[in-house]
Amino acid sequence: MIAELGQVFLSLALILALVLSVVPLYGAYKNRPALMAMAHTLVIGHFVFALAAYIALSIVFFNHDFTVTYVATNSNLLLPWYYRLSAVWGGHEGSLLLWILMLAGWMLLVSLLSRSLPRAFIARVLAVMGMISVGFLLFTLLTSNPFDRLIPGPLDGQDLNPLLQDPGMIFHPPLLYMGYVGFAVAFGFAIAGLLGGRVESEWVKWSRPWTLMAWAFLTVGIALGSWWAYYELGWGGWWFWDPVENASFIPWLIGTALIHSQAVTEKRGAFPAWTILLAIAAFSMSLLGTFLVRSGVLTSVHAFANDPERGMFILGFMIVVTGGALLLYALRAPRIMTGKGFDFMSRESLLLLNNVFFTVSAAMVLLGTLYPLIIDMMGWGQISVGPPYFGAMFVLLMTPVVLLMPLGPFSRWGKDELWRVVFPLLGSLVLSLVAALIIVAWLDAWSARAITGWMGGLWLIFGSFHYLFDRQKRSRFGLPRHQLGMIMAHAGVGVFIIGVAMVESATYERDVRLTPQESVSVAGYEFTLLEVVSVKGPNWIADEARFTISKDGEVIQEMAPQKRLYHRSGQTMTQVALRPGLFKDLYIAMGEELDAQSNAWSIRIHIKPFIRWIWGGALLLALGATLAATDRRYRLQQRQSATEGVDASAASSA
Amino acid sequence: MIRLLLPLVTFVGLIGLLIIGMQTADERKLVDSPLVGRPIPNLVLPQLHQPAKTTSTADRLGEVWVLNVWGSWCQSCRIEHPYVGRLAKESGVPVVGFNWKDERDDALRWLSQFGDVWAYHMVDYEGRSAIDLGVYGAPETFLIDHRGIIRHKHIGPIDETILGDLMARIQRLQQEVGA
Amino acid sequence: MRKALLLTAWLLALGLSDQSLASAIEPLPFRSDVEEIRFKALAEEIRCTVCQNQSLADSDAPLAQDLRQELFVMIQDGRTDQEIRNFMVERYGDFVLYRPPLASHTLLLWGGPILLLLIGLLGSVIIIRQRRALL
Repeated sequence: MIAELGQVFLSLALILALVLSVVPLYGAYKNRPALMAMAHTLVIGHFVFALAAYIALSIVFFNHDFTVTYVATNSNLLLPWYYRLSAVWGGHEGSLLLWILMLAGWMLLVSLLSRSLPRAFIARVLAVMGMISVGFLLFTLLTSNPFDRLIPGPLDGQDLNPLLQDPGMIFHPPLLYMGYVGFAVAFGFAIAGLLGGRVESEWVKWSRPWTLMAWAFLTVGIALGSWWAYYELGWGGWWFWDPVENASFIPWLIGTALIHSQAVTEKRGAFPAWTILLAIAAFSMSLLGTFLVRSGVLTSVHAFANDPERGMFILGFMIVVTGGALLLYALRAPRIMTGKGFDFMSRESLLLLNNVFFTVSAAMVLLGTLYPLIIDMMGWGQISVGPPYFGAMFVLLMTPVVLLMPLGPFSRWGKDELWRVVFPLLGSLVLSLVAALIIVAWLDAWSARAITGWMGGLWLIFGSFHYLFDRQKRSRFGLPRHQLGMIMAHAGVGVFIIGVAMVESATYERDVRLTPQESVSVAGYEFTLLEVVSVKGPNWIADEARFTISKDGEVIQEMAPQKRLYHRSGQTMTQVALRPGLFKDLYIAMGEELDAQSNAWSIRIHIKPFIRWIWGGALLLALGATLAATDRRYRLQQRQSATEGVDASAASSA
Repeated sequence: MIRLLLPLVTFVGLIGLLIIGMQTADERKLVDSPLVGRPIPNLVLPQLHQPAKTTSTADRLGEVWVLNVWGSWCQSCRIEHPYVGRLAKESGVPVVGFNWKDERDDALRWLSQFGDVWAYHMVDYEGRSAIDLGVYGAPETFLIDHRGIIRHKHIGPIDETILGDLMARIQRLQQEVGA
Repeated sequence: MRKALLLTAWLLALGLSDQSLASAIEPLPFRSDVEEIRFKALAEEIRCTVCQNQSLADSDAPLAQDLRQELFVMIQDGRTDQEIRNFMVERYGDFVLYRPPLASHTLLLWGGPILLLLIGLLGSVIIIRQRRALL
């Protein structure tokens, strides 16, 4: 009964989305305020039904209704309640529903927070987002309905994939989707700008906080995925350049370029067409990511169940959305040079360079990810493109970015002098080089990677703080949030780089054979295996290896990695034990039982220096973007444009 | 105008690539062997039924033959078993088994259950020789010509269509022997 | 259609044989840290052919175990990294290398981004020259 209700809610949401994608647009075209205003009501209804459908699926999971196919394949009587609720997005169908709910949520927020924007403009934005929702609702209802029945239902369900029975996996997909879907807002604003003919800086101003928030979510989502990959399965890596990871990284790179080009276009009106293109690209790459993950076109470690039919649907949807947007762009993008001029040494030029490096990086990741397809199509054989390629290329493309980044904030718009920008930073530069050498010597981590990593990272951190102090001296009121946010984000990149450099250059990793009461010493730590015991969980049993870790003869920690066997699926899984630390993680993973008689096990021990800095840096990036998005001036702007913008926009509507 | 159309053109290209990629997704999961067109490595391995006796891949020099990789643990080998039988019977060339990463008792039991249709079996329990053959998943079927060159490799189970294809290829290889 | 079905079943079976969701952890008797580091580095850049995009280092599949054993023996025998890579390529093709070789068919892969970067930088110079005129 509840499943059928859920289906009805989804269908109702579809109907509202259909109306939403037509009526307000027509209203904007004919300048009928009543029709335009309908958008807000429709958006509320659309959200309510999407939420109701989502709740229906959660209830079905909670109640163990195995007559619903999706529940039967992704849940189990023994599954604890919290994983039953997160299992809603554990598979393809439910994750689409989550995607739809988030899109509806973003639309609701746009509708509530942008009441002050010109009516016609916001009607167009919501209509475009409504069209996107139509696509995803159709996709769900036609190819991937989570409410499909399985009659007669089994007595018990197959389990949720054990990989997903983990706190990291509860939060990773929702945040990632918030980012993906969030780019739909920037997309909607850009298309509304094109439709309305108001392609000057205004739509950019309005969409900036939305883009920043979407980007912040995407950043945290990716970081959580990386954190999860690190401790899951005992891999111990934090990034694998797998197609599915790349699928989330490409929109992130484009999004980074978009944030910076929006700054130029808003402040100086310089690159309106390019900014529109990036907004289209950021969302299109999110769609492409969805396609790559769900179509089975590429081989990946962590893809959804593959289905060519679904792949074709997303492809068709992409053709409509991206193809339509690019066609509109070709027809209506501004062709004349707008905005103020600038010189070689200027903030505009530096941001332009930022855009070159980030878009080329995105293109590089896309090329590498799809190259196996290209080479197969040309009949040139089969190759694999993996971490060595991406790593080398990415470092190559990002080195100039790191070198130039601190110059950006110091430079002036329009025209500046190189020495005026560089001179105040010389102190930071020298300081970072000296400090890097001292730190590397102190850590005894001599390697080219560690040294360059520390130099680059500290250069960004010192450069950012330098700017902070410089500004604070001059202004009486302190820094506005958008500047603080930028400083925080740039320093975050520095923290991230240091983390990466240390992890990649100074990780200890050893596979050992241990029997109870035996110990091994790794990097000054003594790992002693006390015993291997059996433990029981709600839906698994496990062998647990109990360790004590001592340093200089003193016990500092007890750790207990497990090797779990999940009852229902019969899958075994490694559960690692971690001792996280700001400067190093201790990490133990269990392998196989090597000898039953002596109870010998293969054990992997990692010492990962500074790995928390990788995610810490990402968190700083996201916090910085959030801070910038909540700057006072965006709220002020909106109030101002409320008074002046309404009639102007109605008049200019095409 | 051209500059404004460029993104659209690029996008169309990307979509084309993805559509073709969808069609070839399954094929691309099969890794082509670089050994096709090259001489089969000289492997000397014990026989399954008489472990004391060894045979070599070089023994078959001068005739067209088939090497079929299987294991009792391999589900798909059971599926292709009847077709291997027909291949052995109808092609008129020796079909040699390559028993890979198995246990001898399991392999013998499997053969007595489903029928031993191969001429004889070479045994590689360590998997060392299989690496030299570039084997990566059972079942795999190699066609070797009279000069000892691997001419074709089929990855995955044999079915009706594949059987026909293999027969035709064997026929062509045998014509080469006469020529 | 039937062929496609069979193929899918076979691919599924390959996947299912890898029931254990775990990375490969095996203590090997290395003679020195240098050997162990070389082993890890090579195992990470060689692809496991039966797996879903995993390296030899990360996979628990039986073939990956055999190949790691082979890799270990070759390192003990004092073979160079390039010899070891060649050994793998001769048997499994370029597909096993996560670092694609620089050749005519990978020119676009290695050169493409560089070319794009040059175009981007050149374009920037042109744009800035135009904008300068507005100053």
